[in-house]
Amino acid sequence: MNDTTQPIVRMQQLNKHFGSLHVLNNIDLDIVPGEVVVIIGASGSGKSTLIRCINGLEEFQSGNLVVDSSELLPYGKSTQALQKIRTEVGMVFQQFNLFPHLSVLDNVTLAPMKVRGLSRDDAISSGKRLLDRVGIADQADKYPSHLSGGQQQRVALARALAMEPRLMLFDEPTSALDPEMIGEVLDAMRELAKEGMTMVIVTHEMGFAREVADRVIFIHKGEIAEQGPPEKLFDTPQHERTQSFLARVLKH
Amino acid sequence: MEVTFQFDWSAAFGSIPHLLPGIPWTLLISFGGLAIGFFIGIFFGLLRISPLRWLRWPAIVYVEVFRGTPILVQVLFIFYGLPQLLGSPINALVAGIAAIAVNSGAYISEIVRGGVQSIERGQSEASLSLGLSRTQAFRYVIWPQAFRRMIPALGNQGIISIKDTSLFSVIGVGELVRQGQIYIATTFTALEVYFMVALMYLAITWTLSILLRQLERRGLAGQ
Repeated sequence: MNDTTQPIVRMQQLNKHFGSLHVLNNIDLDIVPGEVVVIIGASGSGKSTLIRCINGLEEFQSGNLVVDSSELLPYGKSTQALQKIRTEVGMVFQQFNLFPHLSVLDNVTLAPMKVRGLSRDDAISSGKRLLDRVGIADQADKYPSHLSGGQQQRVALARALAMEPRLMLFDEPTSALDPEMIGEVLDAMRELAKEGMTMVIVTHEMGFAREVADRVIFIHKGEIAEQGPPEKLFDTPQHERTQSFLARVLKH
Repeated sequence: MEVTFQFDWSAAFGSIPHLLPGIPWTLLISFGGLAIGFFIGIFFGLLRISPLRWLRWPAIVYVEVFRGTPILVQVLFIFYGLPQLLGSPINALVAGIAAIAVNSGAYISEIVRGGVQSIERGQSEASLSLGLSRTQAFRYVIWPQAFRRMIPALGNQGIISIKDTSLFSVIGVGELVRQGQIYIATTFTALEVYFMVALMYLAITWTLSILLRQLERRGLAGQ
């Protein structure tokens, strides 16, 4: 098997419980390099939990999970694999989670310097290039609180990309944004998808999902209820749950 | 019998040269004790938020014991009690510094715990997602933010500890109150001398307040 067909994420029979709540129920999911997967579903359906398992921010209780050929074990028992996976998998959060005590540029250069061991000069020059790419080069010396939400989220994207990840996770990246700022963040993500980045995106932006996704997954009560190419899933949903969910979210 | 209340300014001013030698002692005990207490506080404060129960409980016991007993009892225990155990006397200055250290350490560990716990979970999640280890996340992301939030409470504790050193006159260390007592024993001008003693404490604590306000303003300017 060569590298292009080998999945970068392989999830088999994954189960997660929060106490008595069964959050993820026997999830099987393979993601191949270059693929853009969008996960949709009602709030509380487990879609955020699912992608947070991929970089070990959430533990699972049973099943197999291999990310970039490192295996994550149930109950978070695999610190070394976890560390390795996290250096190769980037994440963008709903609340941006920028470091407020560091300048925009320092936000972007911190991990490459401390984790990848880049020199300060190298980290700064690649950091500036990334900030330029997401259109915030002129804000490099400001602190995050001086930026708009859309700008902050683009910095967060640049910060994740600075680690040169092989896979990017997006956990509702536009849900905390004012409507007029959603576009600029989606544009940056669209750009990234075009360049061939492997992406797993949890979002409520159905138009964006239809346009960018190679595959859309609908999650209902911790199970993958339905998945397929966007045209198929959005235009001719098979599962009754998918139909009623789409009817609700596409109405407005 | 007629009683007249007369504040004698010349007695007040005259006491100053006799009180001044107490200031270095007061400063030495308070800042020496606070410096050690700061590290004790960081140590137990971090133990207190460890995920491991057997690391948490020593911190809980430490805080309960030294926050729950009077500092006067603590210094008497150290100065008069411990020598019986050790078989050799303890220097009054050392006993004073130790009492401030263990006492402020208990309060500071609670300040540290609160400061670190006040940082949103998203900060450590973002750090970990970038591949930073837990230690790196703490050192570069969590601690610098937590420390800024701790500054007002630490300043408060500093001022309290400076005033607590006045109790150590009972073990004979030559701090401000002790110098006042010695002087009053010969002049009987308690009103004027204690007034000046109070002013000197105020001068120290007020200076500290001003420095802290500047530190806070500078710390916040970054954000």
